[in-house]
Amino acid sequence: MMTVEEIKTAIDAAIPDAGVVIVPNPSPSGQHSLRLDPRHAIKVAKFLRGDAELALDFLSNATGVDWPDREVAEKVKVTRPVTKTVDGVEQTAEETVEETRKRVEPGCLEVVYHLFSVEKKHGPVVLRMRTVNRTDQVELPSLTPIWRSAEFQEREIFDLFGVVFTGHPDLRRILMWEGFKDHPMRRDYVDPDDFDYEPTAHDAVLVRAQEHRAAAAAEEGTGAAQ
Amino acid sequence: MVDEKLKIELGKQGILATTIQELYNWGRRSSIWPMNFGLACCAIEMIATTMARYDMARFGAEVFRPSPRQADLLIISGTVTKKMAPQVVRLYNQMPEPRYVIAMGACAISGGPFKQGYNVLKGIDRYIPVDIHIPGCPPRPEALLSAFIELQKKIDAQPLTGEGRPRFLDAEAQGEFPVPEPGEHDLEPASNKGVWPVPVVIR
Amino acid sequence: MIKIVSKLGFGRKKKPEGWNRPPVIESGEEGELLEVAMGPHHPSTHGVFRMDLALDGERVIRLKPEFGYLHRNHEKLGEGQSYLASMPYTDRLDYICSLTNNWAYALAVEKLAGQEVPERAEYLRVILAEMTRIQNHAGSIGFLMQDMGCSGTPLMYAFREREKLLDLFEKLTGSRMMCNYMRFGGCRVDATPEWLDEARKVVAGLPEFVDEFEALLRSNEILMARTQGVGILKQDLAVNAGITGPLLRASGVNYDIRKVDHYGIYDRFDFKVPLGDHGDVYDRFMVRMLEIRESLKILEQALKDIPAGPVMDSKAKIRGFRPKPGEAYGRIESPKGELGFYLISDGGPNPYRYRVRPPSLINLTVLEDMALGQNVADVVLILGSVDIVLGEVDR
Repeated sequence: MMTVEEIKTAIDAAIPDAGVVIVPNPSPSGQHSLRLDPRHAIKVAKFLRGDAELALDFLSNATGVDWPDREVAEKVKVTRPVTKTVDGVEQTAEETVEETRKRVEPGCLEVVYHLFSVEKKHGPVVLRMRTVNRTDQVELPSLTPIWRSAEFQEREIFDLFGVVFTGHPDLRRILMWEGFKDHPMRRDYVDPDDFDYEPTAHDAVLVRAQEHRAAAAAEEGTGAAQ
Repeated sequence: MVDEKLKIELGKQGILATTIQELYNWGRRSSIWPMNFGLACCAIEMIATTMARYDMARFGAEVFRPSPRQADLLIISGTVTKKMAPQVVRLYNQMPEPRYVIAMGACAISGGPFKQGYNVLKGIDRYIPVDIHIPGCPPRPEALLSAFIELQKKIDAQPLTGEGRPRFLDAEAQGEFPVPEPGEHDLEPASNKGVWPVPVVIR
Repeated sequence: MIKIVSKLGFGRKKKPEGWNRPPVIESGEEGELLEVAMGPHHPSTHGVFRMDLALDGERVIRLKPEFGYLHRNHEKLGEGQSYLASMPYTDRLDYICSLTNNWAYALAVEKLAGQEVPERAEYLRVILAEMTRIQNHAGSIGFLMQDMGCSGTPLMYAFREREKLLDLFEKLTGSRMMCNYMRFGGCRVDATPEWLDEARKVVAGLPEFVDEFEALLRSNEILMARTQGVGILKQDLAVNAGITGPLLRASGVNYDIRKVDHYGIYDRFDFKVPLGDHGDVYDRFMVRMLEIRESLKILEQALKDIPAGPVMDSKAKIRGFRPKPGEAYGRIESPKGELGFYLISDGGPNPYRYRVRPPSLINLTVLEDMALGQNVADVVLILGSVDIVLGEVDR
């Protein structure tokens, strides 16, 4: 079984400038992954399936992951010209000051594929692909034409995360019903408010339950007044 | 009403003394045929209850009918999801009176361990009236048998006239329950206020 | 008249260039297709599962499966609670085989955290997993026969043995079905010598049951006529579509994760992997029957060799379990196929992403391919032979 570096070398030899990046995995499982460039993903996938030594003919798992926007606070050294009065004379000097800047790192949606080989009985080889952002540019190439087992799993990622797979033969919702509007597995999804009554509420559910109790008491109050 | 001891004495002589209500209800409760309706894990315990060890047929549930038109009892065994809820209500509407519902398992009573779910209906009694609730996850087959016997006792105690009479003898009772529609974020309506009034929490 | 217009990848000798699409069967007259929705309430759909069929008389022209009727957002729940709190929820995935689900999850977390498992715990895991496999396969054959019209009699035989195994589970884990027994680093409770003796007695009585079961069913004329040649799945399509489990092995592909991944201590046991020749429903039925026998072999060996010792790793952390950031994918051979768990940890007590790779869902990818051109009654059999559990398909 080749290591991740050997696989990357093989891919780079077969498909020049495929844009494959190794993503190390710090946990003891040692399953490092390869991040693919969506523009060359189909070519890389075909190579991986057809290569004589790798023979990765079995796609086991396709997962979607949501990486939301993150606010990052950085300390940046900034040089600014400062005017100081020294002995009555105005002087302009350069001063280095440390400033905390906040910026929003845009999030993305990621799709992770686990590949095995039934012929050579080795694996897993982990591939990843990221979308550009979470809002409007969420297209990724579908790997269903190469490994048919991705068919239902990519439909599920579309349903629950919102990633649109171009080239998928039948991309529609699989677990939620047709008219459903949200993508529930995203981190910023808010559950529908159907907790009319909850005996042991806590955290966010408690806030909602108290709102409901207030509304029910007001309704009862007006009912009694009438 | 005839005294019990007198009944037994007369019975030894070969005379049956009873009321029409007793006879009628005895016939109804001894032949409840459930519908073949299993949703999730509790369905396996329901199937185990019909198998040789905890035989449910000896209590009158002789066959499980697949068609709702031929069934008396709907055992909701398993989680009812919002995608499935309209079908459950439709099936319940298709069952002819007298019909009963047993909510088996924590999921059917209130959503169970999956209560924090965007697709889980927090209890089937939001849309249809439920007669017996069985707690458990999953409840043992003995618990389902006990619930069945409770249902039989409940049917025995139903008077044929007056206040507590069953729905099919009551001309004004609601027979058909509205089927919810799948909306954009949730089912519409979220619950049937006539069947499930929002409980007030007294603290 | 049905004329098969094109057959891409189905029965060809050369491997096709495009993906393996189901063959397009055009009906002779336009507008003569009968559209039937089979399910979600149907006596033989093994749970709340719907199939949209387009029929030309009795023959299936198109089959689209619809799931989601039992979607209980297991993965979202997993993100909101700790690693250990998700263990009881894994019982409810494939609710007939709860112990193998527990093992798959424990294996994935042990890979993520780098934990070791003591030997006695490994033996107990193997014993319970093989018992689960036996009761699952027996039940699956029983349900298949019920779909065929046997009205529950083979199912009663299977459930009779299943009750004996469930009694053992209850004595050890406290529950018949939702066992919640494995922990990260071992098992929850040790097995007493009395339990092991009782297990040996039950396992000693099982070969007689399997002989009786097989003898009653194997050469049954109706079974053979209805299942041989029905729902054929070719090897190329099976591998490409990610099929695992008895479905894959019945098509002749030798891929059993117990032998491939060498997880647990399966290397110490001597057992074979039964393979089928034709890939039809009869082969799947026979593969399951033979796998029960192989499981009995493993059980006999494991119950004989089980050593004394602790069942929980002494270095395992139960409170405050926070694995280092990273990810892991762990998989086992569950009775349905390859059950895998993919976990991403961000260093906190809850997983960042908790994903279940459901064998039943992926095995359904080829349902349309197997059912095209067959009769409606055969669709029921094909679905029964895939052996799905909706708790796993929808999670």
